[in-house]
Amino acid sequence: MSRAPVPGDEFMMRDTTSHPPAYAPSYKTSVLRSPRNALISLQQSLSEVTGPLFRAEELGPKDNDLILNAAKDGLPIGERVVVHGYVRDQYGRPVKNALVEVWQANASGRYRHKKDQYIGALDPNFGGCGRMLTDNNGYYAYRTIRPGPYPWRNRVNDWRPAHIHYAISGDGWVQRLITQMYFEGDPLIATCPILRIVPSEEQIRGLIALQDTSAFVQLDSRAYRFDIVLRGHRATLFENQIQGAAQ
Amino acid sequence: MSSDTLLRETASQTAGPYVHIGLAPQQAGFDIFENNFGNVLVTPQTQGERIRIEGIVYDGSGTPVRDVLIECWQANAAGKYNHPGDRQEGKAVDPTFRGWGRACSDFDSGVYAFETIKPGVVSGRKGRPMAPHINLWIVARGINLGLNTRLYFSDEAEANAKDPVLNLIEWEVRRKTLIAQRETRDGMRVYRFDIRLQGEGETVFFDI
Repeated sequence: MSRAPVPGDEFMMRDTTSHPPAYAPSYKTSVLRSPRNALISLQQSLSEVTGPLFRAEELGPKDNDLILNAAKDGLPIGERVVVHGYVRDQYGRPVKNALVEVWQANASGRYRHKKDQYIGALDPNFGGCGRMLTDNNGYYAYRTIRPGPYPWRNRVNDWRPAHIHYAISGDGWVQRLITQMYFEGDPLIATCPILRIVPSEEQIRGLIALQDTSAFVQLDSRAYRFDIVLRGHRATLFENQIQGAAQ
Repeated sequence: MSSDTLLRETASQTAGPYVHIGLAPQQAGFDIFENNFGNVLVTPQTQGERIRIEGIVYDGSGTPVRDVLIECWQANAAGKYNHPGDRQEGKAVDPTFRGWGRACSDFDSGVYAFETIKPGVVSGRKGRPMAPHINLWIVARGINLGLNTRLYFSDEAEANAKDPVLNLIEWEVRRKTLIAQRETRDGMRVYRFDIRLQGEGETVFFDI
């Protein structure tokens, strides 16, 4: 890169080999929800390189504290954990002010959702969602209860490994990403159909948070480290400029 | 930096059936945040023609997808995005309009909706104007990588005919999958935009 990127620069094209295919029969729900036609590739315009931006004052002070943000008359049950990491682009640059939204089941593997019928108990003091903005270093952190695994309707005995869902919004529409974070050492990781359709072991490893003893809170919480990579701004070359965007 | 030293984008995973907990908790059935991100993009001060976007997402069997979440991103009435990367001259940002919203399909009917304004023309590559359009991002259980598409307007036939993105779609018959159909209901302008994930009339999705 000859210069630092500025808003409006194009982004790297998406490498689809980094992602699971749309049609993945071992994850049965994808069979009828996957397009059969090829995606049509677009050269990016202002519509793709811009995107929604968020302000700190739009979020509440407890939005990143899943231990307290839904507590009613006590603390939620389960293992207390801190999850933290960096959101970077493909060049390793921090993605500042990215909106990171997370959601998860409680310690017994039950979601606070009217469509979840699992027998695992709801926890009156746990909601299961949070959100935050990354700082100038691309850093984010929240604390929560480690979610439990739960059975789901795919093959009869499929269980989801413990996981936390993420939705990340950077500064361009093309960076929008939704994913899931898993926990190091979970034996269910080896067989999960949703995770196993990710096309390489390297990419699967990228979804597994590592225990991070350096960030443990003494006599309180363990910690996990989970870094995220979003698509990077790339140098805009001569004839390739987006009209009305960066010069 | 050469491409072989680039980091790989983190792998995408499905939003799952309970996406509402995180992104639309009221739809999941509880209140947790003071400020919720929703499907109403306008305030009383927003400039532009009020419109409602409405539709159903269908799977490959023709069944409504009742657990889908859709986000939209659009320019304001003047054709300007509320983003520092938009340096189009002679167009102002409307401070009351971010241009972004998030909608969930109804658990029973499958209908999703946005309350917004009709966007203006945005300059495309090489200065070619792009017809008014709204960018959509679709995630749900069973969708492994969010699907991107664009919504255009049926009453913009002339602009649509010259739009560089619609013209990029080699199969003319597929272009119409991106045109929302205008209706008037109780004096309100409604654009119907159904999305077909698979099969006959499959919506055009973009790799952006």
